[in-house]
Amino acid sequence: MSNYPDNEIAQHPLLELQELDYLWFQVAGTLCNLKCNHCFISASPANNKFGFLSLETIQQKLEESVGYGVKEYYLTGGESFINEEMIPIIRAIMQYGPATVLTNAIPITQDMAFEMAEIEEESIYSLEFRVSLDGFTPEMNDAIRGRHSFHRTLEGIRRLVHAGFLPIITTVQTWPEEKHEEVMDGFIHALKEVGYYRSRIKMLPLIKIGAEEARSGGYSESEQVTTDMMKDYDTGQLICSNSRLISDKGVHVCPILLDYDDSLLGDTLDDATKSYELKHKACYTCYMNGAICSNPSSGSKALFT
Amino acid sequence: MNSPSSNSKNRIRNRFLNDSPDSSSASYPNSSAGRYQSPYRRIAVFGGVYNNHFALEALLEDSSRQGTEAIFCLGDLGGFGPHPDKVFPLLQAGDVQVVQGNYDHSIGNSLDDCRCGYTDPSDNYYAKLSYDYTFAHTSDRWKSWMKHLPSELRVDLGRFHLLLCHGSPRKTNEFLWESTSSTHFLEKLCREHQADAILATHTGIHWSRRLPENRHFVNVGSIGRPANDGNLHVWYTMITADDDRLNVEFLPLPYPYKALAKEMRTEDLPEAFVETIETGWWTTCMEVLPGKERRRGKW
Ligand code: SF4
Repeated sequence: MSNYPDNEIAQHPLLELQELDYLWFQVAGTLCNLKCNHCFISASPANNKFGFLSLETIQQKLEESVGYGVKEYYLTGGESFINEEMIPIIRAIMQYGPATVLTNAIPITQDMAFEMAEIEEESIYSLEFRVSLDGFTPEMNDAIRGRHSFHRTLEGIRRLVHAGFLPIITTVQTWPEEKHEEVMDGFIHALKEVGYYRSRIKMLPLIKIGAEEARSGGYSESEQVTTDMMKDYDTGQLICSNSRLISDKGVHVCPILLDYDDSLLGDTLDDATKSYELKHKACYTCYMNGAICSNPSSGSKALFT
Repeated sequence: MNSPSSNSKNRIRNRFLNDSPDSSSASYPNSSAGRYQSPYRRIAVFGGVYNNHFALEALLEDSSRQGTEAIFCLGDLGGFGPHPDKVFPLLQAGDVQVVQGNYDHSIGNSLDDCRCGYTDPSDNYYAKLSYDYTFAHTSDRWKSWMKHLPSELRVDLGRFHLLLCHGSPRKTNEFLWESTSSTHFLEKLCREHQADAILATHTGIHWSRRLPENRHFVNVGSIGRPANDGNLHVWYTMITADDDRLNVEFLPLPYPYKALAKEMRTEDLPEAFVETIETGWWTTCMEVLPGKERRRGKW
């Protein structure tokens, strides 16, 4: 049993890795072309705590992943596309399985978008893009993601759509529930303006760690996952039950806790199959929202809960 | 040795004993999962009836013309279409062996939703409408029958051991799409579940992949609504064992779609559902589609 610094008796559940279905690559480390004020790993142009993953490392991990029957691969950063090996990395992954790239789309040129469309065409798998956009106006988005990022991201979306992709627009919900429809209409309209008529939009909850903790004060004392809360809970919704993340330092429990030293479980996938104690406040967001990191095509809710 | 078809007939007669499904769940031999059945050579398999009794009737006629020895349904009998209770007598008449889908599990256990596994609010909105309709129009005796359906069946086809399930062998409502299921993942499923071939449905779009070591994965598709391919017909799957080869054929199945659309309108089902029947393109529950599958559709 762990000792908590403040001697609190709250017991946190230990979660087993049930299957290794999703393998994440922290392909750009914590380096980003933007510095969003809600980033849960505080990525920025200057944050090199985690560095780029090389094509060679990725190839090695892909081979390792075959024995586990990994179903899908995800690439994230920072900004994935500031890793200059991204295109060969995507090409390598698409030989093994479907790939989803998390990006703000700004570095994607039209030529890159066409080249990736060709890679997808030649593969039996989907190549998905999850493009972060946190508002349907420059005012709304740029307040979070930085000056001019709205227009630059929309131009990136335009290039992806022009190459035939249907990117999934992910947006962190920062507005009250009753405004949901109005905001959705706003997004749909803004996306049509850049030629995206069949938009796919995924809402994400705020994860109150990293830069967001500094901005909003983070979680309250009661927002944590305890053992009692796991009764009748579908643990399959938590990505740490079916995923692991590779960084340049090793294998971590999930993409959310990258910045916490105890998230690093070892060097190989074998080392990282151990259980993990859900003791961080961010676990509470996963607990409440479920499936926050997977694509909608993966589904979520279990049958028998 | 008895012919496979006569064996199957006896077994199925039993399962629909007295046309009274709630008399005793034990009357349905099918309810014990994991049992191997006599080797067949040629079977018809389909999924996702979604109350489309017109397509089911067409399937029974077509598959008997095709010389099939047994017919299997991989679940999700309700949802989307009209008059759920019209489906069950047809299944019975066709000696169809049924695996429980998430819909059948939910309706059978009176759950509050279909457990379809959607995460997007607009997908869930339409899923809820069709679930409430199906729940309200399914009689108690068939609810009870669905509750006791097996979650998987084991069938021998020639020398191949087949595992028949709804979503995947490990999770009834798992989506196995062609473009998001890696080959080594499918191999692992076959290996762990000791099957030469896994047959599943749940996504509504048919596809198959030949895996190393002569293993196979087949998503048999659904007969409830078109496969988002702009065709007005639906699809079912014929599987034949031929010495060391397993042949998978997807067969187009025309049915009186206009009559279905008419019944759906009379029942006040959403116009968006009817549009799918009349155009062959999905209009609802699409956020769950992966990029490649979504792009093949119109919306
Ligand atoms: S943050 Fe979420 S995914 Fe990561 S360990 Fe906690 S519950 Fe699991």
